[in-house]
Amino acid sequence: MRRIQMTVDGKPHVAEVEPRLLLIHHLRENLGIGGTQVGCDTSNCGACTILMDGESIKSCTVLAVQADGREITTVQGIAENGDWHPMQTAFHEQHGLQCGYCTPGMIMASISLLKENPNPSEDEIREGLEGNVCRCTGYENIIKAVQQAAGQMQGSSSPVAS
Amino acid sequence: MTQAPEKYVGGSVPRKEDPALITGKANWTDNIKLPGMLHFALLRSPVAHAKITNIDVSAAKEQAGVVAVFTGQDLMDEWGSPLICGWQMTPDQKAPDHYPLVTDEVNYLGDPIAVVAATDRYTAKDALEFIDMDFEELPVVTDLEAAASGGPFVHEDYGTNESYTWNLDIGEVDQAFSNADVVIKERYLQPRVLPTPIEPRAVVANPDPFNGGFTVYTSTQIPHIAKYVLSILTKVPEQKMRIVAPDVGGAFGCKLNVYAEEAIALALARKLGTPVKWVEERSENYLATTHGRGQIQDIEIAASNDGKIQGMRVELIADMGAYLQLGTSLIPVLGAFMYPGIYDFDAYSFKCLSVFTNKTPTDAYRGAGRPEAAYAVERVMDALARRLDMDPAEVRRKNFHPKFDEPRNQPAGIQYDSGDYELTLDKVLELADYQGLREEQRQRRETNDPVQLGIGFSTYTEICGIAPSKVVAALGGGGAGWEMASVRLLASGKAEVVTGTSPHGQGHVTSWSQIAADALGVPVEDVEVIHGDTASSPWGRDTYGSRSLPVGGVAVHLAAEKVIDKAKKVAAHMLEASEDDLEFVGGKFSVAGSPDRGVTIQDIAGAAYLAADLPEGMEPGLSEEHFFDPPNFTFPFGAHICVTEVDTETGKVKVRDYFAVDDCGPVINPIIVDGQLHGGIAQGLAQALYEEAVYDENGNLTTGSMVDYLIPGAPELPNFTLDRTVTPSPSNPLGVKGVGEAGTIGAPPAAINSVIDALSHLGVTHIDMPALPFNVWSTIQEAKGRDSGTRDADPSVPAQSTDHTTSGGESL
Repeated sequence: MRRIQMTVDGKPHVAEVEPRLLLIHHLRENLGIGGTQVGCDTSNCGACTILMDGESIKSCTVLAVQADGREITTVQGIAENGDWHPMQTAFHEQHGLQCGYCTPGMIMASISLLKENPNPSEDEIREGLEGNVCRCTGYENIIKAVQQAAGQMQGSSSPVAS
Repeated sequence: MTQAPEKYVGGSVPRKEDPALITGKANWTDNIKLPGMLHFALLRSPVAHAKITNIDVSAAKEQAGVVAVFTGQDLMDEWGSPLICGWQMTPDQKAPDHYPLVTDEVNYLGDPIAVVAATDRYTAKDALEFIDMDFEELPVVTDLEAAASGGPFVHEDYGTNESYTWNLDIGEVDQAFSNADVVIKERYLQPRVLPTPIEPRAVVANPDPFNGGFTVYTSTQIPHIAKYVLSILTKVPEQKMRIVAPDVGGAFGCKLNVYAEEAIALALARKLGTPVKWVEERSENYLATTHGRGQIQDIEIAASNDGKIQGMRVELIADMGAYLQLGTSLIPVLGAFMYPGIYDFDAYSFKCLSVFTNKTPTDAYRGAGRPEAAYAVERVMDALARRLDMDPAEVRRKNFHPKFDEPRNQPAGIQYDSGDYELTLDKVLELADYQGLREEQRQRRETNDPVQLGIGFSTYTEICGIAPSKVVAALGGGGAGWEMASVRLLASGKAEVVTGTSPHGQGHVTSWSQIAADALGVPVEDVEVIHGDTASSPWGRDTYGSRSLPVGGVAVHLAAEKVIDKAKKVAAHMLEASEDDLEFVGGKFSVAGSPDRGVTIQDIAGAAYLAADLPEGMEPGLSEEHFFDPPNFTFPFGAHICVTEVDTETGKVKVRDYFAVDDCGPVINPIIVDGQLHGGIAQGLAQALYEEAVYDENGNLTTGSMVDYLIPGAPELPNFTLDRTVTPSPSNPLGVKGVGEAGTIGAPPAAINSVIDALSHLGVTHIDMPALPFNVWSTIQEAKGRDSGTRDADPSVPAQSTDHTTSGGESL
């Protein structure tokens, strides 16, 4: 067992874990983070996408011990004072989700995308989200949501850009 | 009090489902944790066909954290029945015994053999490694024609791989063919595909210490059907069974089933007296969850020289896989009624030979039999157009049923509800600028552009709103087709709607709120929709076959109307007026001519609840229910144009534009309807261009994870240009038709017709799905008279690389 500590959505957590424990299972099983989930186990679908020190990662293929000392942000930690992140609002307003299972990962990947490229073209959004699979929407409304959020976030610093 | 607007139906009310989903607060089955809960994992067959000669679980039982290990034999006493196929297509249909765990023979890769229950999922999975098993491999059959023409047999006792043969013969088919100017005969393939909802399946079973029963939380489309079926499977009395479908992360037909793992969860919870959970891994999902499609289609049409169809023959070989799951045997026959499409002729014959293979069972996948039919008829219409040198739009138009708004006979012996096919075709031709596209195509051909333009049509209909219960029974179905809703106004004037539909992304909570709010005259935010739990929603036939709105949504409307009927009596009593003098507008009953004399629906709800002063003999409360059993199916339709750019040097296909004009009757919520079309078209394009579940000759699934099964991502798919027409259905009082499967039905033939159209000047007349670059490139080479060579599979490289960089471009 290894002793690890990490900050998740602003709260510090210390735990003893098996070295083989996946980060997604640590978050879900040990820390009760139900808002990020497994879709493929092979880092293809992106449903488990979260931010580690501000960079998007697929938490189904990262070990919990690799997150030792890191700052983790999930979809449960991006609203501020009860106000949705502009990306959450945009997914709602543009109907960028149906079943919603890929949505937390899609939102986190989109936030990461805009951090790297605050004003992406449609093609750049499509390329930027190629690691996140949605089976319901056909992506068009997801692209529109990212465009809406990009417009709203222009000029204001992203709440999770730290 | 918020004043209800005039009407919610038809407006893009933002989805009520979203807040939980976008903030990470959804309740997926895997989020459920119960005290003392164990996790289980299944030992699955590593080969496609074998006799198990010995199995030893003793070492697995000794592992730390393992609570129990059971083989198929150990659990036999738990079952009241093998797993159930709900459809008896012919009296002699063969349906092999299929127990949740096998006892002596495995019949497909992944067939479950033993189960380990342990304190956590890692421990359970580790312990599988300690189970010793000996088996003798048996010959394997994966090819459909081989399965149809003789051994090896999946189930040796039958001496055949045939499950059933189903025929339909209408009119003078032979005569139509002998009199025809033109006969076109084509063979099309429907590759198996993997439904792949992003949430795999999961189940939690929890003993109820008070009544000795169980609550089962399961990622399913069909909690109500599951309650009945699981009761039969496990002998748990139906009244002691509660099924909950929590938030379900997509399904697409593959969660329209009652699976081995659900029965095993119940059996373990009962034997061990503790809650148990199973969560499917993706590679497990690709083996253990039903696949879609899997057919060989021989289609033949007889036509006159001016392009009028006179007859059609269809012969299918349909892949059942190793066993019959809940709807396996129905799927190809559901297509039988759809091969004539929207074309009017008199003579039609259909024959389906359904065969067992050593593969995962097939079952419903978005469209379920209807995309297969639409694909074949729409491909053969293009073949006819090519033969007669007619425009593909015009050969279709020539054969359309004329506009109709009352049920009309069609060639397969059923009645379409309503249709205006020319209108959708005209509209899509205009939307796409068809003449402009043909001009661009001409120019590209003239300049010998290496990237050629394809324009592909599909004009389809589908059979939805499943189903009139009598028709279900006549087809051999074991379950009814009605849907139930109850609508109640609470003391505060707020409303609760209980529905038997079970959404998993379709937005029923929002759409049913709109329907109820309009009928009751209350604000949409005052309506709560309750679903997916047999304790709170005891009656339902669940969600599949684009039935939820035309059956379940209509039930909501009808139950709400009953509430208003009763409310009117209360209002008349309160206003001391005659019912005949009352008007109901904007949530308020008023006396005609005296608008000041009125009472709101909220006041009536309060009065009905308090019951202090109700009309003589009236029961208290404002709560009504309605079971709606539709008189006929519904038949949405549409016209699609897929515009592709096909690189003749690499074989790469890019969908440049997709135009779709669909008619699903009156629209409840446009943003939701358009979303259903986007997703459906995307899945149709995925099947046409990218996806195939590939088995090798030994029955190994070589596309066994998302690493090598290509679900298209955002770079692979286009934007969708949509429009609609509105032709109400006479099958229900809202006139609605359903829309969930329209895209997967319309898109595959439009896409493949487009690819062929792009290459037709090179002599290309045929290409099979999926039109991956190598497939397209080889077809071009063969059309040019060149040998495209063969490509030996390199096992070190995934069959369909998902690495865009090494695939030579920004997308595959």
